Amino acid sequence: MRQLVVIGNGMVGHRLVEAIRDRDTDGRWNIVVLGEEPRPAYDRVALSSYFDGATEEDLRLGDLGDRVTLRSGERATDIDRSAKKVTTSTGDVLGYDTLVLATGSYPFVPPLPGHDLPGCHVYRTIEDLDAITDSARAATTGVVIGGGLLGLEAANALRLLGVDTHVVELAPWLMPAQIDEGGGALLGRLIDELGVTVHTGTGTSRIEAGDDGRPAAVRLGEERIDADMVVFSVGIRPRDEIARAAGLEIGERGGVVIDDACRTSDPDIYAVGEVACHAGTVYGLIAPGNAMAEVVADRLVGGTAAFTGADTSTKLKLLGVDVASFGDAHGRTEGALDVVVNDAAGRRYAKLVVSDDASTLLGGVLVGDASAYAALRPLVGHELPGDPLALISPAGAEGGGVGAGALPDDAQICSCNAVTKGDLTHAIAGGACDVAALKGCTTAGTSCGSCVPMLKQLLEASGVEQSSALCEHFTHSRAELLEIVRATGIGTFSELIDRHGTGRGCDICKPAVASILASLGGGHILEGEQAALQDTNDHFLANLQRNGTYSVVPRIPGGEITPDKLIVIGEVARDFGLYTKITGGQRIDLFGARVEQLPAIWARLVDAGFESGHAYGKALRTVKSCVGTTWCRYGVQDSVRMAIDLELRYRGLRSPHKIKAAVSGCARECAEARGKDFGVIATDKGWNLYVGGNGGFTPRHAELLASDLDDATLIRYIDRFLMFYIRTADRLQRTSTWIENLEGGLDHLRAVVVDDSLGIAADLERDMAAHVAAYADEWRGVLEDPDKLARFASFANAPQAPDPTISFATERDQPVPAGPVALGMPAPPVGDARPAPNGSAPVEV
Amino acid sequence: MTAPAPTALPAVPTTPDGQWVPACPAERLLPERGVAVLLPCGGQAALFRTHDGTLYALDNIDPFSGAAVMSRGIVGDRAGEPTVASPMLKQVFSLRTGVCLDDPQVRLATHRVREHDGAVQVSARPAGESR
Repeated sequence: MRQLVVIGNGMVGHRLVEAIRDRDTDGRWNIVVLGEEPRPAYDRVALSSYFDGATEEDLRLGDLGDRVTLRSGERATDIDRSAKKVTTSTGDVLGYDTLVLATGSYPFVPPLPGHDLPGCHVYRTIEDLDAITDSARAATTGVVIGGGLLGLEAANALRLLGVDTHVVELAPWLMPAQIDEGGGALLGRLIDELGVTVHTGTGTSRIEAGDDGRPAAVRLGEERIDADMVVFSVGIRPRDEIARAAGLEIGERGGVVIDDACRTSDPDIYAVGEVACHAGTVYGLIAPGNAMAEVVADRLVGGTAAFTGADTSTKLKLLGVDVASFGDAHGRTEGALDVVVNDAAGRRYAKLVVSDDASTLLGGVLVGDASAYAALRPLVGHELPGDPLALISPAGAEGGGVGAGALPDDAQICSCNAVTKGDLTHAIAGGACDVAALKGCTTAGTSCGSCVPMLKQLLEASGVEQSSALCEHFTHSRAELLEIVRATGIGTFSELIDRHGTGRGCDICKPAVASILASLGGGHILEGEQAALQDTNDHFLANLQRNGTYSVVPRIPGGEITPDKLIVIGEVARDFGLYTKITGGQRIDLFGARVEQLPAIWARLVDAGFESGHAYGKALRTVKSCVGTTWCRYGVQDSVRMAIDLELRYRGLRSPHKIKAAVSGCARECAEARGKDFGVIATDKGWNLYVGGNGGFTPRHAELLASDLDDATLIRYIDRFLMFYIRTADRLQRTSTWIENLEGGLDHLRAVVVDDSLGIAADLERDMAAHVAAYADEWRGVLEDPDKLARFASFANAPQAPDPTISFATERDQPVPAGPVALGMPAPPVGDARPAPNGSAPVEV
Repeated sequence: MTAPAPTALPAVPTTPDGQWVPACPAERLLPERGVAVLLPCGGQAALFRTHDGTLYALDNIDPFSGAAVMSRGIVGDRAGEPTVASPMLKQVFSLRTGVCLDDPQVRLATHRVREHDGAVQVSARPAGESR
C-alpha cells in the first residue's frame, strides 16, 4: 500500500480525501490527514450560518471513514523532500509516497497602527467567530474593513450580534472583484437601507485604542468612526510558508506553482485549493479548489484529468440582497459590449457582457434579483438564444428568460459540482424523474442550490412527465386539490370528482382526498361516504398485516406509561392471544387481531384510558423522547413534557405522509430527533428545531430551522411548518423531499415559518388551532356509533365467524401467522404445538 | 409448528335450491365499500356495489398474498372499467371479469350476484364452475 499524506483538513483537503476514497476501490492508498484546527473539517462557506444558530456539528463535513487517519490539532512543520518525510508539531515524522498541500490561506491583516489590538478580528475559523461573538457582547459599534464578499458576510454577522455596523471599502464600490460599478452602486444603497453604513472609496489609516486598550475609533483619513471592535476582511494570502521552506516553486504573488495535473515543482507533491497558484492565479473560491481536488484524486489512481482554470461565478444572498456574477463580468474581453438594465426604482440591476457582434454571452452581473442566474450562467461562451436585453428586462424575466432547451449539452448547469446539461439529461433518460432523484445521481444542486430551478426546467424539457396530476381521475396535484377544497368548501369525494375530475376514482386519489378532507377538519374519517375512500388501514383503524389480520397500537404519548396501563395492554394481549412487540417509536404493537375482534379489543383499551395511536394513518405517529431533566444527569430541558405536549397537540393530524417526531433533552440526542420529520433538541437557552429528517429507503438527517426557541415560539413554528407541509406537499411526499423540492429549499421554508415571508403564518396557525380544538378519539367515535361498529364484521352473512384462512403458529412463546392456509386444506397434524389462547376462537363483542 | 385447524365453520344458509347465498339486506351494502361473504363450501366472496348501483362479486382471496382481503379494497375505475385494488399490495382487478389489470395472467374467479326479496344474494359457486 502506498502512503499519502495530506497537509490541511479544510474543505478542499476533505474533498480530496473523499474523492480518492471513492475512486480507490482497490485500497491502494493509505491516507493520513494533518489538520491544524482541533476538529474535523467543516463547511467554511456556510460559516456565517453559525451566527444564525447552526452549531459546529451542523457545519461538520462527512466522516472520512476508517481507512483514513485524521490527526487533528496537529500541524506539519517541515517537509524533507529528499527523504520524503513530513515532521509534525508533535514531533512525529511521517513518511510519504505522495504528499498533497491543502494548507489553504490566511486572512491578510494590513499593518495599520492598531491592527493588533484585542477586539480586532479576522473572519475565517470557528475560533474567529467565537472571538467576534465575545467582543460583540460589550460592543455598540463595529467596523468591517473590506467590502468584498466575506466582508459583507462579516457585516451581517455583526448586525445579527446587535452591533451598529460600518463597512469600509477602498474601491469606489462594494464587491469590486465580482461586480461592476453599476451593480456595486445599487448593492451599496440596498445594504445602507438595511442599517449597515457603507463607506466606499476610502481607506483606513489607523485604529485608535481607548483606555482599556481595545479599539475606540477607526480613522478613515479625515473621517473618524467610534468603534469598539474591528473585523478585517481585505483578502487572503496563500499559506505557502512550508512549501517555500521546502524549496518548491512559488508564484510571483505567492502560492505554490502547480501545473495542469496540480503537481508542484516536485512531482511527488501536489497542491490544491487556496495555497495553489495555477497559471498565475490563486483562487479564493471553493469551486476551483474542489475541481483541483478531483484532478489530484484522479491522478492518484492513474487517471489523466487536468485542471484548466475554473469558473469563478458566484451567486449569493448577502444581508438578504441577491448578488450574482458570472463569466467575464467586467467585460475584459476585447470588443465586449455591455447590455444593462439599471432599474433603480425596482431595486434591480442586470448587466450582460456579450461579444462584439452581440451573439455570444461572455458574462454578467445581477444585483437585487438574481433569479436569472441559473439560466444565464450555463450560457456563458455560447450563442444567445435571442435578444440579450429581453433576457434581463423585467418583462422577459419569467423563469430567467432563457429556457433550458436553449443550452448546449456541455453547458455546466451546476458549477459547484461541475455537472453539465448532458450529465443531467443522461440521468433523466436513465430514470431520474424528479429533482430529488437528479440530485441523488448527479450531485447537481446539492451545494449552493442555485441551479435547482434549471433542474426542474430540464426535467420538463426532457419530456419527463412532470404532470402534477394525482392520477387518471384528477389533473390536479394534491396541493391544488387541497386549495380547491379549501376555497369551495366541497365536503365529499363525489362532489369533488363530479366537478373537478373524471370517473370514480381509485386507490390513489381516494385516500389522498380522504386525507385532505380530514386535514381540513372533515369530521370522523368513517362518516358517510368518507368511509369508502379510506385505505383498509384507515377503514379498520388498525394496520393490515400479511395474513389479513390487523395490529393495534394505542397511543402512548412521549412513550410515558403508567404500570396500570402497561398491565391493561398485557391483559388485552393475553386475552385475545395477540403477539406483542415494542415498536421503534416507543409504543406497544399488538398483532394478530381479526377484523371482528377489533371493537372488543378497543373497548377494553378505551375503557382503560387509551386512545387511537393513528399507527394506521398518514398522520402524526409518535413523538419519541428521552427522560430529560426529570431523571437524566445531563438533561437541560424537560423533554418528556414537551414530547407529550407536542404529541397531544398534533395527534390525529392527517398529512401527505406519516409524520414522526422526537424531543431530546440535551445535545446527546438520545431520542434521535434528527432522524424525524421534526425534531426538537434542548439547549441551555431553549429548544433547537430541526426539520426534514426521516428513516425509510433514503434516510436523512433533519436540518436546523431555528434555535434557542422558548416553548411558545417552538410550538408556533411547528404549527406553521406542519400546516405549510400539509397544504403544499404532494401525495406521499415526505417532509425531506418536500423541502428539497421547495423553490429555495430550507431557506425558503425558514422565511415562511420564521419570518412569515408569505404573510400566511396567522392563517396556518389558525388552521392548526382548529385541528387541535376539533380532535376527538377516532376509536371512541366508532365504539359510540352502532353503524360504524357494524362494519367490523368478518362476513356479511356471519359477522362473528372467524376467517377460516387465518391460523397461527407459535414462535418464542407468541402467536405468529401460520398461513394463510389454502382453502379446504386442514392444517397439518399438530405435535407438541401449544395452542395460541383465543388465537382463533371467536370473541364476543 | 402449527396451531390447531380453525374451529368448525358456521352452517351457511342458502336458498332452497342451494344456488344462492343471501349475503345481507340490500340497504346494508354501501356503494364502493365491499363486504366478505362466507360460502357453503368454505370459500369466500368479496361483494361490491359500485357507484351506479351495479353489483359484483369476486373471490375474496388476494392471489398475490393468499390473504382473504379483497373485500377490503378500494373500489374505483381504471379508464372506465370498474375496479377494486387489493389492500395488501395494491394490484388492481376488474370487477367485471376478475382479471388483474396489472398482471393479466392472474385472474380472480367471479360470482354471479342478484337482488332478491330485498337481500343481496351471491352464487354459491364461482361463475363457470358447474357442479
